[in-house]
Amino acid sequence: MNSPRPAARRLAALVLFIAMSLLQGAGVARAQEAPDVMVKRVAEDVLATIRADPAIQAGSETRIREVLETRLLPNFDFMRMTALAMGKNWRAATPEQQKRLADEFRGLLVRTYSGALNRYRNETIEYKPLRMNAGDAEVTVRTAVMRASGPPIQIDYSLVKAADTWKCSDVIIGGVSLVTNYRDEFNEQIRNGGVDGLIRTLADRNKGVAAK
Amino acid sequence: MIARVLSRFPAAVMLAAALLSGCAATPSRVDPLEPMNRALFQFHDVVDTAVVKPAIQAYIDIVPEFFRTSVSNVFNNIDDLISAFNDLLQGKLDKFGNDMGRVILNTGFGIGGLFDLASQVGIERGNEDFGQTFAVWGFDQGPYLFVPFLGPSSVRDGAGWIARVAVGPVGYIPDIPVRNTLYGFGAVDIRAQFVGAGEMVDTAALDRYLFIRNAYLQRRRYLVYDGKPPPEPEEP
Repeated sequence: MNSPRPAARRLAALVLFIAMSLLQGAGVARAQEAPDVMVKRVAEDVLATIRADPAIQAGSETRIREVLETRLLPNFDFMRMTALAMGKNWRAATPEQQKRLADEFRGLLVRTYSGALNRYRNETIEYKPLRMNAGDAEVTVRTAVMRASGPPIQIDYSLVKAADTWKCSDVIIGGVSLVTNYRDEFNEQIRNGGVDGLIRTLADRNKGVAAK
Repeated sequence: MIARVLSRFPAAVMLAAALLSGCAATPSRVDPLEPMNRALFQFHDVVDTAVVKPAIQAYIDIVPEFFRTSVSNVFNNIDDLISAFNDLLQGKLDKFGNDMGRVILNTGFGIGGLFDLASQVGIERGNEDFGQTFAVWGFDQGPYLFVPFLGPSSVRDGAGWIARVAVGPVGYIPDIPVRNTLYGFGAVDIRAQFVGAGEMVDTAALDRYLFIRNAYLQRRRYLVYDGKPPPEPEEP
């Protein structure tokens, strides 16, 4: 006959072990949310918010931008996006200029994105199966916007691992990378007016001055 | 006739390239004809803004969506057949099955292509064209071209466009008013699909010419590689 003490101790150890592995498991799940799960969570959250918001339904651009600022943009790495769009000119810019460039580029992309979202808010998104290897630090999440009329639009998100989460570093729409599409335009501005010229042009565009 | 146009077309472009590349400040590898293209783009833009865009907006406002969608579907059904033909030319037999399936379904059960049943059951459009076939056959893209009213193109895609017109079927309709009406509807239908894109470019671009050029070239590369383009080589 077993004495009750070792059994209780064994049980306590088992409970502790289960509790610890559960906690650890939860921690791992939090730290390493799969990139496709994250894209889906963010996209559906943004769409649901936009669809439910009476001010946005009434056509408020300001409110759309608020939603983007709080729910979408924290998941983007604008310094990295700007660096990719600048190419080799990025290193020629001072840290202060880099910060301003990232801020203005961010503003431009938000303006573009809010216009597109306003148009496509009633469509559904299909999420393609993710192909990634364990330990990948960069991954592409593929989605398609299914429209009521017209062909689906393929939208891919390039994500980069950042500490315990993923940050978006490019959006590729129907094969057109938002970031690389700007490379020649940025180069042209820098050739004509230096890095400050590019900052000025981006700032003007964000204030609503039309492009040539 | 078509063969003569095809054979002369690149020659004329090369000549223009030789004449014009001298004045470009920094001749771009993909766009050696940039000065000429920019002039054509500006011309196109003026006419498009003043005449074409308002007319297209009127078409969208006046004609019910159901009718506009049917017009698109009929033209798309013909293009799906062309896509299937190009699948064969490129040896893509699985895509050929997909595109022919669409044509048979939409022609038979979608009343001659008025309804796009295939898309509703999830058979996506193949989107192959002669420009992509020429690419798969190893033809170089050649200089980028901006053609007023037709939009962005390249020597290779321009040749593809000529091949597309040559295979018809609209060009072989003997009744000239009917033929021209169909060409007109085709053009209006295509332009109407790009109204939203134009607004997006107006917001996004720093230089609309460059924005449209680079988006076009990226898009074509993506289509040539069937949506899986290899990473682009870094510019030196």
